[in-house]
Amino acid sequence: MDTSFAPEDMAFRDEVRAFFADAYDDELRARLQHPTEYREAIIDWQRRLYDKGWIAPGWPKEYGGAEWTPTQNFIYETERAAAGVRDVIPFGLKMVGPVIYTFGNDEQKARFLPRILRSEDWWCQGYSEPGAGSDLAALKTRADLDGDAYVVNGAKIWTTYAQHSDWIFCLVRTSNEGKKQQGISFLLIDMASEGVKVNPITTIDNHHSLNEVEFNNVRVPVANLIGEQDKGWTYAKALLAHERTSIAGVADSRRALAELRRFAEQEVNAGKRKIDDPLFQKRLSDIEIELMALEYTDLRVLASVAAGGAPGAESSLLKIKGTEIQQAIQGLRMDLAGYYQGVLPTDLDPQALGHEFGSSARQAYMYGRAATIYGGSNEVQKNIIAKAVLGL
Amino acid sequence: MNFDFSEEQVMLRDSVARFIQDDYSFDARRKIAASDTGMSAEHWQTFAELGWLSVPFAEEHGGFGGGPVDVMVMMEEFGKGMVLEPYFATVILFGGLLQRAGSTEQQATYIPRIVEGNCLGAFAFTERQSRYELADVKTTATPDGDGFVLNGEKVVVYNGANADTLIVAARTGGEQCDEDGISLFILDAGAAGIDRMSYALMDGQRAANLVFKDVRLPADALLGEKDKAYPVMSWVVLEACVALAAEGLGIMGQLNTKTLEYTKQREQFGVPIGSFQALQHRMVDTFMSYEQTKSLLYRAVCTLEKEDEDPARDIHALKVMLDRAGRHVHSEAIQLHGGMGLTDEMDIAHYAKRLMMINATFGDGDHHQAQFNALSFA
Repeated sequence: MDTSFAPEDMAFRDEVRAFFADAYDDELRARLQHPTEYREAIIDWQRRLYDKGWIAPGWPKEYGGAEWTPTQNFIYETERAAAGVRDVIPFGLKMVGPVIYTFGNDEQKARFLPRILRSEDWWCQGYSEPGAGSDLAALKTRADLDGDAYVVNGAKIWTTYAQHSDWIFCLVRTSNEGKKQQGISFLLIDMASEGVKVNPITTIDNHHSLNEVEFNNVRVPVANLIGEQDKGWTYAKALLAHERTSIAGVADSRRALAELRRFAEQEVNAGKRKIDDPLFQKRLSDIEIELMALEYTDLRVLASVAAGGAPGAESSLLKIKGTEIQQAIQGLRMDLAGYYQGVLPTDLDPQALGHEFGSSARQAYMYGRAATIYGGSNEVQKNIIAKAVLGL
Repeated sequence: MNFDFSEEQVMLRDSVARFIQDDYSFDARRKIAASDTGMSAEHWQTFAELGWLSVPFAEEHGGFGGGPVDVMVMMEEFGKGMVLEPYFATVILFGGLLQRAGSTEQQATYIPRIVEGNCLGAFAFTERQSRYELADVKTTATPDGDGFVLNGEKVVVYNGANADTLIVAARTGGEQCDEDGISLFILDAGAAGIDRMSYALMDGQRAANLVFKDVRLPADALLGEKDKAYPVMSWVVLEACVALAAEGLGIMGQLNTKTLEYTKQREQFGVPIGSFQALQHRMVDTFMSYEQTKSLLYRAVCTLEKEDEDPARDIHALKVMLDRAGRHVHSEAIQLHGGMGLTDEMDIAHYAKRLMMINATFGDGDHHQAQFNALSFA
C-alpha cells in the first residue's frame, strides 16, 4: 500500500498549478460566470486545454488522449478543484468520445474524435424519455431502417444543453423482439437535421439548461450507427459506469467545503461567527469525514481501474455517496445564507444587497436536487449494487 | 499509487485466516470464553510460534519489523474470528509503549519475552473519573529514595485479569488533568500492594480493577522520561485506534456477509427475504458503510506509513466513522436476522458486542469528533 507521490508526480503537480495560474485567468473566470458568454468561454477554456495536450486525460494516446496514470488524474482533479477551475463539458469528452473510440469504426473515429478534442462539436446526451427514466430500457424512440438511413421518431427529455448542441448521441429502439434491452441501438444524430425540435425546460433554479428534444421523421445515415444494430445497451452501460464515477465530484466537493468554511467565517449570529458554533462545526465535520472516506474510495477505484479492472458497481457507490455529500454541502450553505437564501439573480451589487452568496446558494441547493436523480437515480444505483455486488 | 499488499503481508493475513478457519470456530471460541481465564494459553503459544507476537517489534529484539499495514491485515483477521487472546492489550498497547518509551535495557528485557509468548501485558490508564481523557490521572507516584511509591486505582484494565506485567500511568507532577506531569511505570502485576479485582466484559475478555497501595517501585521501573509520558501515550493510543479499526472492519465485513447469506436462505411469505427491495437497499447501505470505513482505515494507515505527516486528523475521522458505521452495520445485522439476531447461540450478537467495546475503547465517535473539530477549527 502506497499513496505517496514520486518526484515526477510532484513535478506534474507543479506544472498543473502553473498552467492553471496562467491559462485560467480572471477574464476567463468572469466570462464563465456570465450566462450569455458561457458557451464561448467554456469552449475557449477547452481549447487552451487542447493546446496543452490535457483535454482528454483518460483517452488512449493513439486517439489524442494523455493516458494519465491514476495518480496524475488524482493530482489534476485535486488541483483543478483547489484552483476553482471548471471541469470540461462531459458529453463529448467523457461520454460519447470513449464510446466512439471503443465501439466505433475507423471512419467514425476519424470523423468525430478530432472535432471533440478541439471542441468543434458540442454534444448532448439522448437517453431519458418522458416514459423511460429509471427504467431506461423501456425507451420508445424508434429508428426504422429505410434504405441507407434510419428514420427516427420520438422524444428525449432532460437533455442538458441541447440548446447549445451540434450533435446528440441517442439510444433508440430498432427492434421489439426479445428482452427490451436487446433491441436498442446507439445512434449519433446531427441536431441540424430536419425534424429535430428543442423545447426548453425551466427548472427549480429558474435556469434553462434542460430540454425536451423531439424527433419527427428525422433521417439519420446508417453510417452514424455505433457498433452493431440492437447492441446499443451494452455500449451505453459501459459509458454509464464512467459517468457515475465522474458524477461523484469528489474534488469539487472538497472545494465547496473550503468555500463553506470561508462563508462561515463571515456569517455571524448573535455576534458570534458561525464557524465557532459547535453545532455548525459538527455538521461541517460530519460531511468532511464522509468526504475524506470518499476520497479514498475514489482512489481505490482509480487504482483498480489502473490495474486493469473496469469501474463496475463501485461507481454506483461513488455516485450515491458523492451526490449525498454534494447535497449536504449545498444544504449547509443554504442555511448559512439565512434570510438571503431566497434572493434571485439581481443587478444590485453585493454591497447594496448586503450579501455575497445568497443567490448562488439558492441556485446550487435547488438545482443540486438533480444530482441524486440524474445518471441513474440513487435508488437505481442501490438496485445495481444489490444485484451486482450482493448477488440479490 | 497502489492499495496492494506485499507478498509477506498476504502470507501473514492468510496464516491468521487459516488459524481462524481450522482452530477458532465459533463453538471453539465459546469454550475459550467460558474458561477461567477467558483465553487459551495453548493458542498464545501458537501465536508465538507463528511469529504473530513479533510483528510490530524491531528486528534487534527478535521482532518482525512490521509496519501499520502488517498490523492492519492481522487485526482484520482477528476481528473476523473474534479472537479472545490479548493480542491488542499485550502486543499493540503494552508492546507499543515499550517500543516508544522503553530504554534499551527495558526493551531487551520485555520485548523478547512478549515475542516468545512469555509475557502477558496490560496498560492501566483508565480511572473512575477519567472516562476518555488520557490526561485525567489521579494515581500518584511519589519519589521514595531512589524509586517511587505508587498509590491510586485503575479501572476496566483490559487484560488486567491475566496480565503478569503492567504499565501504569501515574502522576508525578502537575494537577489532575494536566498533560504535563504524567509518567509511565512498568511493574510486576503481582507486586506487593496491588489488589486485583477481575471480571468479565461482554465481549469475553477479562478486565480488572487495580488498587495500588504504597506499591514500591525501583528507579528502573520508570518507562520513558519522567513527567513527559502524555505525548507517548497519545501517540500509542492513536496507533492503537488504527489497529482497533482494522479489527472492527473485520467484524463489520463478517456481519454484512453473514446477514446477506441469511437473507438469501431465510424464507417468509414464500420467498427469500433477500428478494424484498426494502431489505436490499438496507444491505446496500451497510455495504457502503463498510466500504467508507475501509477507505478511512486505508487513509489513516497510508498517512501513518508516511511518517512525515501528522496522522491525528485522519485517525480521529476514522474513529468517528467506526462508531457511526459500526453501529449501523451491527444494528442492521441484528434487525435483519430477526429474533435469531438476539440469541446468544448466534455469532451476530457477539460481533455486535465486540464492536461496541471497540467503539468505547479510547473514546467513542463523539469524543473523536470533538478532537477532530479542535484540529479543524483552531
